[in-house]
Amino acid sequence: MNPRRLTGWMFAGPALAVMGVFFVLPVLGGFVLSLTDFDPYALANLHNLRFVGLGNYLALLERPAFWSALGNTLYFVVAGVPLTMLLALGAALLLNQRLARWQGFFRTALFAPVVTTVVAAAVVWRYLFNTRFGLVNSWLAAIGLHPVDWLGDPHWAMPTLILFGVWKNFGYDMVLFLAGLQAIPGELYEAARIDGASAPRSFWHITLPMLGPTTLMVGILTLAGYFQLFAEPYVITEGGPLQSTVSVLYLMYNDGFQWWDLGVASAVAFVLFALIFAITSGLLALTRRRGLA
Amino acid sequence: MKSARARVWRRTALLAVLLLAACRATPDTSHVTTLTFWAMGREGESVRQLIPAFERAHPDIHVRVDILPWKGAHEKLLTAFAGDTTPDLCQLGNTWVAELAALGALRPLGQRVRQSRVIDASDYFPGIWDTNRIDGTLYGIPWYVDTRLLFYRSDLLARAGFDHPPASWAEWAQQMAAVKRLVGPDRYAIMLPLNEFEQLESLGLQQDQPMLRDDGRYGNFQSAGFEQALRFYDRIFQQHWAPKVTNAEVPNPWAEFGQGYFAFYLSGPWNIAEFRKRLPADVQKDWATAPLPGPDGPGASLAGGSSLVIFRHSRHAAAAWALIEYLSQPTVQLRFYQLVGDMPPRRATWKFPALADDPAAHAFRVQLERARPVPKVPEWERIASQLAVTGERMAHGELTPDQAARSLDRHADAILAKRRWVMDHGVPASHAQGAP
Repeated sequence: MNPRRLTGWMFAGPALAVMGVFFVLPVLGGFVLSLTDFDPYALANLHNLRFVGLGNYLALLERPAFWSALGNTLYFVVAGVPLTMLLALGAALLLNQRLARWQGFFRTALFAPVVTTVVAAAVVWRYLFNTRFGLVNSWLAAIGLHPVDWLGDPHWAMPTLILFGVWKNFGYDMVLFLAGLQAIPGELYEAARIDGASAPRSFWHITLPMLGPTTLMVGILTLAGYFQLFAEPYVITEGGPLQSTVSVLYLMYNDGFQWWDLGVASAVAFVLFALIFAITSGLLALTRRRGLA
Repeated sequence: MKSARARVWRRTALLAVLLLAACRATPDTSHVTTLTFWAMGREGESVRQLIPAFERAHPDIHVRVDILPWKGAHEKLLTAFAGDTTPDLCQLGNTWVAELAALGALRPLGQRVRQSRVIDASDYFPGIWDTNRIDGTLYGIPWYVDTRLLFYRSDLLARAGFDHPPASWAEWAQQMAAVKRLVGPDRYAIMLPLNEFEQLESLGLQQDQPMLRDDGRYGNFQSAGFEQALRFYDRIFQQHWAPKVTNAEVPNPWAEFGQGYFAFYLSGPWNIAEFRKRLPADVQKDWATAPLPGPDGPGASLAGGSSLVIFRHSRHAAAAWALIEYLSQPTVQLRFYQLVGDMPPRRATWKFPALADDPAAHAFRVQLERARPVPKVPEWERIASQLAVTGERMAHGELTPDQAARSLDRHADAILAKRRWVMDHGVPASHAQGAP
């Protein structure tokens, strides 16, 4: 090995070693685990450990609880990601106006939910959305609407969680969009104005295309985050009512850490990983073909 | 330069000597055995106050109480077992005894009990003692008992025309129907949180047939008895005697009980103290407790609670046993009851006036004689969690009681698949590691 290459490896070495020990090895270990039926009996005695090949994965495909968890997670992602991004973009556009006053205050206020702990916020939301004493239902009553059983009705529990997720997370996306907006050169708008472009047209033809890379990144981050839905159902609904808020990760947590079925739980984790990987790389490929990224 | 180096050497030598001296000084204090005791939640906080008296009586033992939160305790115990860092002794929820015994993590205690002058097996309620016996071997000593029975609003019952709590399911149903007629559509007769399995489990325990069959190899939920329990549970919801809610929607059941949102509450002993503390003074005379009615007369209920266990890898088993004996003394149990409100498992403790003269505790005393252990297989909690899921689906009308029973058996059989394989082919941990 020539000295230049050696130097290169020495610089990269420590970082690679850390990644190897704390990332690659555990992931490989997890994959091996997912091919076995590791459970408390195996913990007692390794002779009780059986190699099951892809058995855990195949069993997962036949398990109604997995499919309903996947459905719940997709519901959260499909409804939550666009809502979060639209709200974030809207807030960022408002905050980016030169006419907007107290920008610093609003930026902080809208970002605040991101830095509050999920558990504390979730407990407050549980009270806000209580069917009989919640503030939200008393507002509904004030404008003459029927009370909604937000957390007790299986059809409403997930929308409530989505609302919570959007409120909790849009501030982060907003800050990223804001940075993207501020990077757009003012000359473009100036030129558009001189040519007589209306505000909607300059938004459509300047702001949106220029925000392309930012939007892609925000989209991928939000998507990956929302697929890993866990804390919200864990704290607010405990998966209920009628298992309507059990997400894939929640299912994995129950299998792995409540029942110690680590083989099955590892398989769930890899399926979720494959899913997120496939969707984000699909998204990347799509945008690359359109020449956005 | 040279002298400087010499000075460094001299200093190092001096330091080494001091260190050696320090090392030799330690054996004087090492007669003291440090016991590590894991306890959970409120019990952990309260037991700390009982430790100083024990340490005064045993100057050679120092007890370190580590408190685990209930929610993470099971995970922590299994991790500790996997990493070989189990404590000397531990408070163990008695549904976990079977699992840790299957792991081979616990020491059998039968021999010590036979020689003990403090712990007398016949003084304990039989159901609760039995939860600690796995395949004939005793692994734990009951510390406190948890069972489920009825808290009820005597004033609402009186207005509905009844001067006594129900003694059988038929009477119970009659009273629930009457209360529901009395309170109207917005209030209910009983509260059974749909995310808790203990209620349906208790009704199932009251039946003659066990919930698992063939030595815990298969579910037995399609037995006539359990189907009867499912139908009764289902009827409570279909008649709107109980609201279809989980705990998440009723964050303050005490206030709701006080306001008469429901008249019956199937719950555990800790709520005696909670109701006394939280209900307004004018409601205090209007609530009482009653043993759980059974299908045809006074019924059984579950024998829950915690036991004290010694881990196999403990090097201070004798000291740990001394602590267990101390905590099992009736006077200490009484003090523990006064600190946390956990019900003592010994009849001797129940003779003290603080318990014997407490009208709310009396129903528990009666119920504890009829407490029954849940099936003692490591997988029971997982199966029980399916009871809650299936019961909820049934309450919402997604399943009929027959379908619910079939679904429960299917789930239980799947969960028990590995147990069947281990019983037929595998190596039970206690055999592999040899008897102690």
